Amino acid sequence: MKALSLTELRKVYKNGFEALKGINLDVEEGDFFALLGPNGAGKSTTIGIISSLVTKTSGKVYVFGHDLDRETDDVKRSIGLVPQEVNFNQFEKARDIVANQAGYYGIRRKQALLRADECLEVLGLGDKRNETARLLSGGMKRRLMIARALAHSPRLLILDEPTAGVDIEIRRSMWVYLRQLNRTGTTIILTTHYLEEAENLCRNIAIINHGEIVENNAMVNLLGKLDNASFILELRKPLETLPMLTGYQLTRIDESTLSVAVPIELGIHGLFDILSQHGIEVVGLRNASNRLEQFFMNLVENDRNEHPPS
Amino acid sequence: MQRLIAFQTILYKEIHRFVRIWPQTLLPSAVTTSLYFLIFGKLIGGRIGAMHGIPYMDFIVPGVILMSVITNSYGNVVASFYSSKFQRNIEEMLIAPVPGWMMLSGYVGGGLARGLAVGGVVMGISAIFTDLKIAHPEVVVLVFLLTAILFSLAGFLNALFANSFDDISIIPNFVLTPLVYLGGVFYSIDLLPGTWKVISLVNPILYMISAFRYGFLGVADVNVERAVLIIIEFILVLLLWTLWLLRRGTGLKT
Repeated sequence: MKALSLTELRKVYKNGFEALKGINLDVEEGDFFALLGPNGAGKSTTIGIISSLVTKTSGKVYVFGHDLDRETDDVKRSIGLVPQEVNFNQFEKARDIVANQAGYYGIRRKQALLRADECLEVLGLGDKRNETARLLSGGMKRRLMIARALAHSPRLLILDEPTAGVDIEIRRSMWVYLRQLNRTGTTIILTTHYLEEAENLCRNIAIINHGEIVENNAMVNLLGKLDNASFILELRKPLETLPMLTGYQLTRIDESTLSVAVPIELGIHGLFDILSQHGIEVVGLRNASNRLEQFFMNLVENDRNEHPPS
Repeated sequence: MQRLIAFQTILYKEIHRFVRIWPQTLLPSAVTTSLYFLIFGKLIGGRIGAMHGIPYMDFIVPGVILMSVITNSYGNVVASFYSSKFQRNIEEMLIAPVPGWMMLSGYVGGGLARGLAVGGVVMGISAIFTDLKIAHPEVVVLVFLLTAILFSLAGFLNALFANSFDDISIIPNFVLTPLVYLGGVFYSIDLLPGTWKVISLVNPILYMISAFRYGFLGVADVNVERAVLIIIEFILVLLLWTLWLLRRGTGLKT
């Protein structure tokens, strides 16, 4: 069954800006799906329409088979939303924020409070339940928003940049929790600027740009499309002149550090042979950027060349 | 049933909000009322003399109570709803299966509760300063409820259109306050010369205060039944307008 199905979804704002140009997108039940795109590409508009915060101009939205136009309440009950910005009442207690959200979905106060405790506990906020929200740290506020979105046990969780501004330790603990949630059957749609996050978590991906879906594929297939990989090489001795290596593109970062673009067909093994022929000894190797980031940047740059800013 | 729980949740949240910040919401009316009674009642009230044959201090009690109800019902809804819009936590309700009319009912219920709480406090203070009697309790309850609902609706409407905190202070300061003060809280319109009396009759708040005064003292400047009908008409107009705006998503959705 499809968790989400968008058909010819279009949005034109009052100022005439066409944010979505009739997009089509399907997300299967149980998927961990990445929706990526540069700023202003249409991600937030898409999420806004699905979660009833933005009125669509035309097109259809189905969530678990429910039509947003005719079965709005069923659609709403199926979705949990973690927005980009912290948007809870900063003066309320964490427990009340989650329990009130459960109440809006028709869960009685007594059960709502129990559910709030459960969600806060799972997200490591059990001891902060009676804390006023504004006193929580940035990472805790992000987790509180996830707890709030889970208050009514939604089947589809939409996370709009959930780890923005969160330190790496908390981000990774959130990944563990989201993976676990996905394993228990919750479909997750994620937008993020940390492409490493999408590459690590998501099985399928759509890239949106200028209001159009420009790529929609399984993560493995998408990454397979890359025709080269970039690495950083740490050298034993400083390099005076940059050697010319056929097929490889070398860039000097500093005297002892090089960046190299390696075409897939040549591979990295041959690079080491050539470097040692030139008397260059490599002592360290790491990825210059993650593969998805590389793909994403290629896509955005190609698009920028085709549509230069006016 | 689920919708009833959603309504209860909004109402609980609204009541909890104004109780939590009681020094900002309940205390100011108590202080202001005490000052009114001290200055207009005790200090200069004796020089003013009776109105409609009633001692001045007793005469101003209903108006002072209703004035608190009007400003607090309006203020509660406009401040709370606009803050929710500003902080964007209104989205908590917009993404949930809470229809617009349910959201409106919850906020109006909150405004009504604050009006009731403040009205109770002011009435308690009035009982200290005056010999408080209620001639027609049913009129007092009816006018109180209708007025609180009307101004809660008006506060909601103001917040719906507001785009800044300035927008939620313009109407209370420059429209509501003059209308309340010129609505006969401290005087009977019988004291006014012909033209001013006619102009006063255009002020809807005059009808509310007058009908409320009738409930307490048995005297009124206007026909009480007509006054109640006017309040109901205003409620219906604001209610239908607000529901229409909510349906369109005005001020809430893009």
